[in-house]
Amino acid sequence: MPGSEWLKNRPRLLEGVYAGSKSALQLLYPLLKRVLPAAFTERVFVWSEEVSKGYLFNCQMCGQCILHSTGMTCPMNCPKNLRNGPCGGVRQNGHCEVIPEMPCVWVQAWRRDAQMGRYAGEIQLLQPPVNRALQNSSAWLNLLEGADAQPPSGWSTIELE
Amino acid sequence: MVNSDQTPSPGDWELQSGESRLLQVLEAGHFAVTAELNAPDSADPKDVYANVAELGDVCDGINATDGSGANCHMSSVACCALMARAGYEPVLQMGCRDRNRIAIQGDLLGAAALGVRNVLCLTGDDVSAGDQPEARRVFDFDALHLLRTARIMRDQGVLLSGRKLTTPPDFFLGAAANPFVPPQDLRHLRLAKKIEAGAQFIQTQYCYDLPVFESFMRRARDMGLHEKVYLLVGVGPLRSERAAEFMRSRVPGVHIPDAVVDRLAKTPRKRKRAEGIRICVEIIEEVKQIEGVHGVHIMAYRQEEAVPEIVERAGILREKPKK
Ligand code: SF4
Repeated sequence: MPGSEWLKNRPRLLEGVYAGSKSALQLLYPLLKRVLPAAFTERVFVWSEEVSKGYLFNCQMCGQCILHSTGMTCPMNCPKNLRNGPCGGVRQNGHCEVIPEMPCVWVQAWRRDAQMGRYAGEIQLLQPPVNRALQNSSAWLNLLEGADAQPPSGWSTIELE
Repeated sequence: MVNSDQTPSPGDWELQSGESRLLQVLEAGHFAVTAELNAPDSADPKDVYANVAELGDVCDGINATDGSGANCHMSSVACCALMARAGYEPVLQMGCRDRNRIAIQGDLLGAAALGVRNVLCLTGDDVSAGDQPEARRVFDFDALHLLRTARIMRDQGVLLSGRKLTTPPDFFLGAAANPFVPPQDLRHLRLAKKIEAGAQFIQTQYCYDLPVFESFMRRARDMGLHEKVYLLVGVGPLRSERAAEFMRSRVPGVHIPDAVVDRLAKTPRKRKRAEGIRICVEIIEEVKQIEGVHGVHIMAYRQEEAVPEIVERAGILREKPKK
């Protein structure tokens, strides 16, 4: 989308916005929850995420946002939906195997991760499988409710080194 | 026809015990050789055995591809089961393109029951690379999810849901690495992540660019990765400059430097095939010297007959224990 490229290449600025929004929402959410009906809150959140994150990150609404761990680059734009780094098909010009005119999402993510501040290096975290049931729900609400941090129960039986 | 008096005997199909023979070879410190089976477009097991015949005597493991290049062939589980039954050491390639997590875990159990011990966990080429580009791509898992899930099934004896397995599979787990495509300076980090997820061995994409491979290995060694994983370098003979051109432009992830293509182009027509084999042998001789390289993986697409010659000329032929 035009205009957002400039922002996308400023992951440091974006991670600041992310961290700020997170703190603000965590502060406000208990109040919101008390005064607003849940269905309404969900609708408003989904709508505002579609608009804002749609513009900024070409967000695909997976409902379990890991942007801050992927150089503020949405990994769900990878046609293979990879969550843990680039596939082996990246073209010599750094473009995607599947969509030749698109730069590989993960090449960008790795470059941007290196420019980040507080979340730099998080790209090496092993991300669990995507919970497909959360598709099209609000990632912010899932974060506030903890619904995005529940990998399948077998997944956590091995400790990460 | 089913005869009710005869209870079927498990016979050959009893769960084969014993760990991976490929692992034993690597643990013993030998330079391992694996090769890729050309999976047939056929329903006849004889076609698998015909293709495997050239490879069996010179290889420590034989990979059955999983619809590589997104073209349909006999399934990798079936190819592996047929090989295991005949005493070969199969390496099951499993990609994430065609199955969701339920099918993946089911296939892993089935393969183990059929005698498969080695699993190479892959992302998989996209459907657009093959002759049925209109297919739906699945990619429910990525290669790291697959690796770790296989490891959980083996080590914890549970499925991803947490449900218990009566007999867990005994796998030697592998992953792919492609040091030759961008971001080349960061590819070792992906290797590290795969090792963390459970990779015990690595088979790389075709290596035709030694300087790039050497710097990848240097970075991997700096992280100590060469001591945590067995690394087999992918190699293969090129038939001609046209084959090379085709591979580097059409097959996802294959990088062939101009110098290699030129060398084939300058070779007279009749000697091109031999020159391709010579290049392959030279590369093996080079990578053998690199610290952290534990073997080679020979992908001789439709040139299986060249594999024994390559192995012999590169000086990596060993007496194989009887099948
Ligand atoms: S090249 Fe990059 S964006 Fe394209 S499928 Fe592979 S990892 Fe995803």
